[in-house]
Amino acid sequence: MAKPFDIVVNGKRHRVAATPDTPLLYVLRNEAQVQGPRFGCGLAQCGACTVHVDGAPVRSCVMPVMAAQGKQVTTLDGLAERYRAKQGIQDSTRLHPVQQAFIDEQAMQCGYCSNGWIMTAAAMLDDKPSVSDEEIRRGLSGLKCRCGAHMGVMRAVKRAAKEMA
Amino acid sequence: MSEIMTQARARTPARSLVTRREFLQGAGALIVSFAVPVPGLAAGPAAGPWPAKVPADRVESWIAVNADGTVTAAVGKIEAGMGISTAFAQIVAEELDVPLARVRMQMGDTATTPDQRGTGSSNGIIQGVPALRSAAAEARGALLAMAAERLNVPVEQLSVSDGIVRASDAPDRAVSYGELVQGKRLELKLSGKVKPKDPAEYKVVGKPTPRQDIPLKARAEYVYLVDHRVPGMLHGRVVRPPRAGAKLISVPAGQKLPGLVKIVTRGDYVAVVCEREEQAIRAARELRVQWSDPAPMFPESYDALYAMLRTAKPKVTEHAKDKAGDVDAALDTAAVKLSAQYEYPFQSHASMGPGCAVADVRRNEARVWSGGQKPYPLRKAVAEMLELPIEAVRVTWLPGPGSYGMNDADDAAMDAVVLSQAVGRPVRVQYMRQDGTGWDPKAPPIAFQLRGGLDAQGKLIALDYEARGFSGRVRSNGTEVAGDTITAQLIGGYKGNSTDLFQFSDESYKVPNKRKTSHIVAWEQSLPTGLRTAHLRDPDGMATCFASESFIDELAHAARMDPVAFRLASVSNPKHAAAIKAVAERAGWEARPSPKPGVKHGVVSGRGIAYAPRAGSIVATVAEVEVNMESGAMRVTRFVVAHDCGYVVNPLNLQGTIEANLIQSMSRAMHEAVQFDAHRVRSVDWASYPIVDMTEIPDAIDIVGLNNTPQAESKGAGEPSTRPTAAAIANAIFDATGVRIRRVPFTQEALQQAFRSQPRSA
Repeated sequence: MAKPFDIVVNGKRHRVAATPDTPLLYVLRNEAQVQGPRFGCGLAQCGACTVHVDGAPVRSCVMPVMAAQGKQVTTLDGLAERYRAKQGIQDSTRLHPVQQAFIDEQAMQCGYCSNGWIMTAAAMLDDKPSVSDEEIRRGLSGLKCRCGAHMGVMRAVKRAAKEMA
Repeated sequence: MSEIMTQARARTPARSLVTRREFLQGAGALIVSFAVPVPGLAAGPAAGPWPAKVPADRVESWIAVNADGTVTAAVGKIEAGMGISTAFAQIVAEELDVPLARVRMQMGDTATTPDQRGTGSSNGIIQGVPALRSAAAEARGALLAMAAERLNVPVEQLSVSDGIVRASDAPDRAVSYGELVQGKRLELKLSGKVKPKDPAEYKVVGKPTPRQDIPLKARAEYVYLVDHRVPGMLHGRVVRPPRAGAKLISVPAGQKLPGLVKIVTRGDYVAVVCEREEQAIRAARELRVQWSDPAPMFPESYDALYAMLRTAKPKVTEHAKDKAGDVDAALDTAAVKLSAQYEYPFQSHASMGPGCAVADVRRNEARVWSGGQKPYPLRKAVAEMLELPIEAVRVTWLPGPGSYGMNDADDAAMDAVVLSQAVGRPVRVQYMRQDGTGWDPKAPPIAFQLRGGLDAQGKLIALDYEARGFSGRVRSNGTEVAGDTITAQLIGGYKGNSTDLFQFSDESYKVPNKRKTSHIVAWEQSLPTGLRTAHLRDPDGMATCFASESFIDELAHAARMDPVAFRLASVSNPKHAAAIKAVAERAGWEARPSPKPGVKHGVVSGRGIAYAPRAGSIVATVAEVEVNMESGAMRVTRFVVAHDCGYVVNPLNLQGTIEANLIQSMSRAMHEAVQFDAHRVRSVDWASYPIVDMTEIPDAIDIVGLNNTPQAESKGAGEPSTRPTAAAIANAIFDATGVRIRRVPFTQEALQQAFRSQPRSA
């Protein structure tokens, strides 16, 4: 048996029961019981499982849980809170601008993949809010949306970028 | 949507009817009675037996007014991700005069919502709206009658707003719906006599309304099926045969796999059940299984497949009623004769999340949580598999990923049922990506032969349409028998119940000599394989319209006519003509024959049109494309769509639905063909079954709404705008390049090859 270890998910410490090579996604969903990241392919091809590890977007379906040790894992469930903490926002109803823009632009159909789009776009804009349309297209090109909600997503990310710039 | 969570997670005892008070409301003779308080419609009885049907003729089956003044409305439809639950809530809010935010929808639970079969064929609005509208109108009538008695004011002098009934001339005399019902259940037989609201008074219906589910989804608070957990739940994964038709020889004994609870084998069906999800994934991957080495079941390539379709003896042939004159004679004498073959491939639903389900099978009853579109028929199939009476099975729909028809959701449900039965504990099954893309039921391929003739003046005088497709195996009634699931097909000994669907194009071209033929070729050998077929969004519609509307363009070219003018010269339905004119006008269509004059190398651009009706809705689409003649790279730069689906309940939502239809159908046209070899499906993930990505989307999608008046019946919008896309793009490619593309998909490689090898028309 490997030594027991913890990961930190949305600011809360969690003792991992799974083996260290278990993909982070299953620990997040079945142990930490978050709902944001979802299984889409298990192959890092679609992005539905995206979470932030120390602020960077990561495909949790292929990252071993032990690799998240000692790092801050943020899921969509905790994105708004983390944003508020970073920005010093008191209003507990405030969302990350990307989340709000997805609502304002109605940027989804079934929403199963939306986690990946919101988390990837949030990391992109957190890093650099002034982006061209071309940069948005390229930055999100590794994500899949089977319903075809891309037009709304494009509007939403542009709106969020404007908000954050 | 939080109702769905409550419904799924709560465990409440069965309701019983104790007190009952009845009174007659004067002339209307409505009977209103009360039962003991129930927690809304939401939870329903956790333990069976559950009634065979929730009675559709009773108001309380559709509408529950809760003590806090909120309203729960039930419908036998599901939310497929297009926002229909908000449209339904709008209907209820409107008729009852309650704020939209106070209406919660409950959908697709066989124990608590009326059997409307579920959703399919874009019928959610068509069937769901009238049912909810009349139930809500009757509930309002009953509540007004109660308020009249309570306030001692005649009904005619009452008005309602925000769920509060007031005397018109004495506004301080008021009572809320919540106070009237007092947490009890309003029970009422539907009389069919209460007139719904005059559309002129609509405040909520027909207004752009943000979807109720989207804020929850953006905050990760929306509860999907994949989030559903049952105490003591185990995890299952399936092991499908490595080759089509392979028989299970044995699973070697003594295999040590962490967390393994059971290896389940029945016939050629193999699956594992483990304590933890990651253990089940590993066990399914590492399990050693001996399979037989079967003879090839599939053609070796698409060329071989289409050749087989064109030469196979049909199982059944049908001619469309839309028939005129003598096509063969007319073609013999036509001044210009044209003949062309078109081909459309197998396509996968490829839902974002592969199939998932949870089942809790006990000795005498079973609960199933499923993401499929039709939970009511699935209940029958589950009862058959478990040899239980229908009352012993409850299927509860929970939101899955977009399904676009008969995807793998019902298969996953049956897998969960079989595995839960085998281990005697609740089991959650989720497919891996290869089980989803590789094994979901596929849209069937079709090979077309079209022939047409023009007279010396370029007038269309003969049109001959012939489709050769595989037995569609369409489950129009849903998964009604166990034998329609891959689970039962691998177990063996079950009979399927799916039907063939003839593959006709839909249009209203009036041609003096016209014939449409559809041949269905048997494909039953495919049933336990990854090339079994079922319906995918707008079943056959994209394919038949691709062939038909591409060929109309070819005829327009032969006649040296503008493609819009050529269509308008023959189209006979005025609404169809209106859609074609509207889309051309909005697109700024330049009237001229295709292809566009100019040098055909480097990057060229063009535009194409196609139109199609579908079940009362009409769509005309213009695609504008840029094509690189050297590399074969192509991008749609703009779509323009004229869309007539009658009265629109939620225009904001319709925009999103149309845009998504366009992008998905563009993906299907540009990228999607299920790859296979003689033994297996080769498309098993997003690398081997690519779909559209963000770099390819158009710069704009412009939508023109038509016929959107309260007088026009609301029709479906879930699928119609998928239909013309492939044809519109192919016609635009021809306009840009002078090269006609007759096979889907229009991949970069296919286009490059076509530009190199095909003669260019001028």
